[in-house]
Amino acid sequence: MKKLLIPLLLALPAALVANELVDPPAPDGLRRGGTILQDNPAPPLAGERAGIHRATRNYPEQPPMIPHPIREYQVDKNFNQCLVCHSRSQSVQTGAPMVSITHYWNREGQALGAVSPRRYFCTQCHVPQHDTRAASDNRFKGIDAVFRESQDN
Amino acid sequence: MLKFLKTYWQVFNRPASYISMGVLSMGGFIMGIMFWGGFNTALEVTNTQEFCISCHEMQSKPYQELISTIHYTNRSGVRAECADCHVPHDWTFKIARKMEASKEVWGWIFGTINTHEKYEAKRRELAEREWRRLKANDSLECRNCHEFESMDFTLQAPRARAMHSTYLASGEKTCIDCHKGIAHHLPDMSGVPMGLHEVDTPHLDRYMQQRFATE
Repeated sequence: MKKLLIPLLLALPAALVANELVDPPAPDGLRRGGTILQDNPAPPLAGERAGIHRATRNYPEQPPMIPHPIREYQVDKNFNQCLVCHSRSQSVQTGAPMVSITHYWNREGQALGAVSPRRYFCTQCHVPQHDTRAASDNRFKGIDAVFRESQDN
Repeated sequence: MLKFLKTYWQVFNRPASYISMGVLSMGGFIMGIMFWGGFNTALEVTNTQEFCISCHEMQSKPYQELISTIHYTNRSGVRAECADCHVPHDWTFKIARKMEASKEVWGWIFGTINTHEKYEAKRRELAEREWRRLKANDSLECRNCHEFESMDFTLQAPRARAMHSTYLASGEKTCIDCHKGIAHHLPDMSGVPMGLHEVDTPHLDRYMQQRFATE
């Protein structure tokens, strides 16, 4: 019994150190260390923001963000709910911005009669906004801020 | 056989000689209540969601699609179940719909839509039947809860207000003309107008290419 106990006692600090090694904090600081083995409650789901205004794009190529809830919008090969308002034929009537002409181009730059399949799935680039705090610090600056700073210097 | 029936008809046709008028009328009254109550109870049972999704076909496809929609999962806890949208509330129309539904029993027996593939192949046909029904009755099942007279346009989004105060108000369009696929996934919508126009689908371009290629 004693023979067994001594190596066990020796192994204990080693196991604690190993625990630190296998369970470090996340490199981006989003998760504290020593939490992998714990069961923590999930943060509450953030609700979609309703009635928000269209946001200025931070740089010219930014896909515009969606300023309205898109809960249960069907976008699949059968149907695209977004195009009910945003398609070329509907946008004037509905007052929604028309999907840009680039969405009608195929890879060769030829304009098609309908939205090109490679640009068809809206939420690949366009995302709605949620009521939530940023998970980590974000030091991103919009193109205007960068311009202003470069002019000041 | 005919003689046997004839004997019974004679008994049936003859005035009662042993049973009193009171027993007959009261008995008829009580039996009437039991029959009518039983009939209506059975009818109501077939109107419950539990009854609908007791079939694999309804449980695995339409019900699963309904669960995540606003009509089933929402903050205020008001829930529209199968019969609220698919069965008229008024008695005459309800009975008519129930008689139509006997075809669904046929479909269930012969497994018309009992696999994913079969269901997807029939989705357009099934959807079209419901669109046609709602178009014909001016979206009655929508209006059982969403009354046009009770809508406050000032609380609607500008786009919704613009549509409801014109097309819906004039009766030119009805709910289902724009609000298709609110509780279940839509089938291939090529050729089906959604609101005022048909919506582009990725197939459209393929159709056009095929057409021009054959011409």
